[in-house]
Amino acid sequence: MIAIIDYGAGNLFSVHNALSFLGFENRVTSDPSVLHAANKLILPGVGAFPDAMGRLRAMGLDRTICQEAQAGKPLLGICLGMQLLFEKGYEFTETEGLSLIEGYVDKIIAPDLKIPHMGWDEVEVVNPSPLTKGIVDGDMVYFVHSYKAVTAVSNIRLATQYGQLVPALVEKGNVFGAQFHPEKSSAVGLKILNAFGDL
Amino acid sequence: MLAKRVIPCLDVKDGKVVKGINFVNIQDVGDPVECAIEYNRQGADEIVFLDITATHERRGTMADVVFRTAENVFIPLTVGGGIRTPNDFRELLNAGADKVSVNSAAVYDANIISEAAYRFGSQCVVVAIDARCVGVEEDAENARYGKSKYHVYTEGGRKDSGLDMVEWAKKAESLGAGEILLTSMDTDGTKKGFDLEMLRAVCEVVRIPVIASGGGGDLSSFVEVFKETDVDAALAASVFHYGEYIVEDVKHVMKEAGIPVRI
Repeated sequence: MIAIIDYGAGNLFSVHNALSFLGFENRVTSDPSVLHAANKLILPGVGAFPDAMGRLRAMGLDRTICQEAQAGKPLLGICLGMQLLFEKGYEFTETEGLSLIEGYVDKIIAPDLKIPHMGWDEVEVVNPSPLTKGIVDGDMVYFVHSYKAVTAVSNIRLATQYGQLVPALVEKGNVFGAQFHPEKSSAVGLKILNAFGDL
Repeated sequence: MLAKRVIPCLDVKDGKVVKGINFVNIQDVGDPVECAIEYNRQGADEIVFLDITATHERRGTMADVVFRTAENVFIPLTVGGGIRTPNDFRELLNAGADKVSVNSAAVYDANIISEAAYRFGSQCVVVAIDARCVGVEEDAENARYGKSKYHVYTEGGRKDSGLDMVEWAKKAESLGAGEILLTSMDTDGTKKGFDLEMLRAVCEVVRIPVIASGGGGDLSSFVEVFKETDVDAALAASVFHYGEYIVEDVKHVMKEAGIPVRI
């Protein structure tokens, strides 16, 4: 069973729908015992970094997520959920993240481009990953974000260019993060969710 | 490179598509869910549902359409038509919509934009503007004609609000709109091409994405709107409804013209 972590941050049902469509048993939950019983975790989220971290802490879910991830359970953060995996975020104010992957989250600086980076954009394969089986350079996925992760290239699996390199998929051991929305990225996104479900 | 988006729009009344789609692989041409699945298969980048139901039971019916579509279609879904309150946003987002578009209600009370942006995030707040040319600004000092003047219309394009389109677009952005869906009442339904001049007037003053609507005709009209203006997306209803060509055909001519698209 895949647990989709509910901490009051946005549309969890698209992730639920996509997993159900692919045939993976899944539950939207904020119950730590369900997160413990699950064999994989997904941390979704839209909104702002400080608010989201505040909610996770207030619900005690930050510790649960870290314990489960450190015990080796596969964890996939999506969009803001991916950003929370890093050590720090600089949205509005400096905020500590879950620190499961080294790096930080900062504004996209692209004076000539529209912010947020919204829409379908190409990815390129930077490093191979079990999640990117069947994904090739030029495949398109759906992004909606104004902040990006800054992390070592060894953690980056897929990247896009938006005035600068923007990590699209990151991975550190059993911890994965997608800056785009695989649940809204049609066939390409479903491939990635399917690979996560099959881990 | 960020792809330019092609967005089919489905007009829905009482849970049924208003104009049937002439697709061979659809069983029930009136079912918005089946139509959305077909558009997804054709390569639509997003789908817009426009609710034109006039009764009070509308919201529940539309939420059900969105709910069933979201179980089967994994691209962004936008819903508009008759949105009056932030709670309307919540109901449709909970049903699986990714964005909600607000039109007349925002003209009457612009606070709905900022409230919805604050509660649900700018990314899901689309401000739909129906506009029409109402004359030309005269530049008396230089004894020459200036730009065309446009007014915002409400109630499905029936009522002149008196608001200046360019000012309204700027205000919508400043209140937290994440996107503008701009329909030209002058070109809507003509199939003679998008209203390039009107679209440029808005693209020049906002930094949020603009969706062109009204006038989509032959395949070249899509190439034209992306070549001649800075819009991010083009929306059309009837050209896709009547199966004159499919979304994939539009993408191919765009690609041949060197416009970045998702194929």
